[in-house]
Amino acid sequence: MSAAILEGRDLGLARGVKQLFSGLSFAVGSGHALVLRGPNGVGKTSLLRVLAGLTEADAGEVWVRAKPTQRLSAASRSAMLYIGHANALKDDFTAAENLTDQLALDANPASAGQQLEALKVVGLFERRDVLTRRLSQGQKRRIGLARLHLSRGAAHKRVWLLDEPTNALDGDGSALFLQIVDAHLAEGGVAVIATHLPMALSGKVDEMHMREIV
Amino acid sequence: MSAVLASEQELSTPERGVWLTLTRDIKLAMRSKGELAQALAFFIIVVSLFPLAIGPESAVLKRIAAGVVWVCALLAVMLTLPRLFQSDYVDGTLEQLALSPYPLPLLCAGKMLAHWLSTGLPLAMVAPVLGLQFGLDASELLVMVAGLLIGTPVLTMLGAIGAALVLGVRGGSILMALLVLPLYIPVLIFGAGAVEASLAGIDATANLSLLAAMLLFGLVTTPFAAAAAVKISLD
Repeated sequence: MSAAILEGRDLGLARGVKQLFSGLSFAVGSGHALVLRGPNGVGKTSLLRVLAGLTEADAGEVWVRAKPTQRLSAASRSAMLYIGHANALKDDFTAAENLTDQLALDANPASAGQQLEALKVVGLFERRDVLTRRLSQGQKRRIGLARLHLSRGAAHKRVWLLDEPTNALDGDGSALFLQIVDAHLAEGGVAVIATHLPMALSGKVDEMHMREIV
Repeated sequence: MSAVLASEQELSTPERGVWLTLTRDIKLAMRSKGELAQALAFFIIVVSLFPLAIGPESAVLKRIAAGVVWVCALLAVMLTLPRLFQSDYVDGTLEQLALSPYPLPLLCAGKMLAHWLSTGLPLAMVAPVLGLQFGLDASELLVMVAGLLIGTPVLTMLGAIGAALVLGVRGGSILMALLVLPLYIPVLIFGAGAVEASLAGIDATANLSLLAAMLLFGLVTTPFAAAAAVKISLD
């Protein structure tokens, strides 16, 4: 695939004595989503962390826009948007402050008005000035949705790496998540999503089943 | 191509990264003022124990004043070091800092600056009041405060490296103390030495200049070291 935005080439990673994956290669093109599936502990999170550059792979390379990238290099950091199990929220900040803070770190130029709009979209507008410690787990997850909503099709942070993104989200929240990802893909974005749930995305979806290496 | 241009354009001001983490951490510190006051209260109480324990013999007190204040400042700063990265590590913010388009060393520098403003600076501000308990006079107090103002940022900067290295390690706080305290020795020697010199009627500028040299060297090198330590801890 010549137009691949994100590629894994021969990736290998061991944790302790356990080989999680080796010789793993794949390519995700513009507008495509890659859904990672597999039982717990098979290495989905580790693979996402390798792609993000948080974890150093034992073997292989991550390519972005047809160029090999070093772990956490400037090119890699400006391409990857990673949302892991942890929400990266400060309990002492309000929902709105947390969103502002995350976008500032992403160098996302969304205006204050756009941020309020995004909070409305994810259903947190009424609770925007509530301290995050008083929000439910699902509401915290929705702050992440607002961040994604404002990063759709953005020039940078174009590769979304999402680890169990629908965890703690209710039916509406999951549907909203799918909408946001679809919009991102439609605008030429890329997403790699680790999940156990069916992902009813309307765009082009590839699935990768990870298996235990014995 | 436009994508690359856009991200480069935004980052024509990478120094904004310092401002981002600085304002964020200061704001967070202001939301938990109790935590902020703890280190200061620890410093005040422990320093005040010495005159009570040793008695009102002014010659002895004057002699030990600088050493006591500096050792207590060092311990107070060390108590607050986990605050630098620990909560960010636990709640996932540190990953986001590492993945930010802003350079991690600059983000770390902002965090260090915020840490100093919320710990080292208040310590230096109350130090003269504590020095009075030891019978130091105005010129000696001035040297002590100057030394603390120059030296406590160095404590923060060296401490940040240790704090980042022990993230995720069990029993990390003791390990951090073992890592960091030996590095604090030069600061302690020249900081306390400045007051000693002024007590002996010698010019203290030599000691203060050496502290300032450490500060400048630290400013240039420690953000990179701390950023490298953070990357290791996240791996």
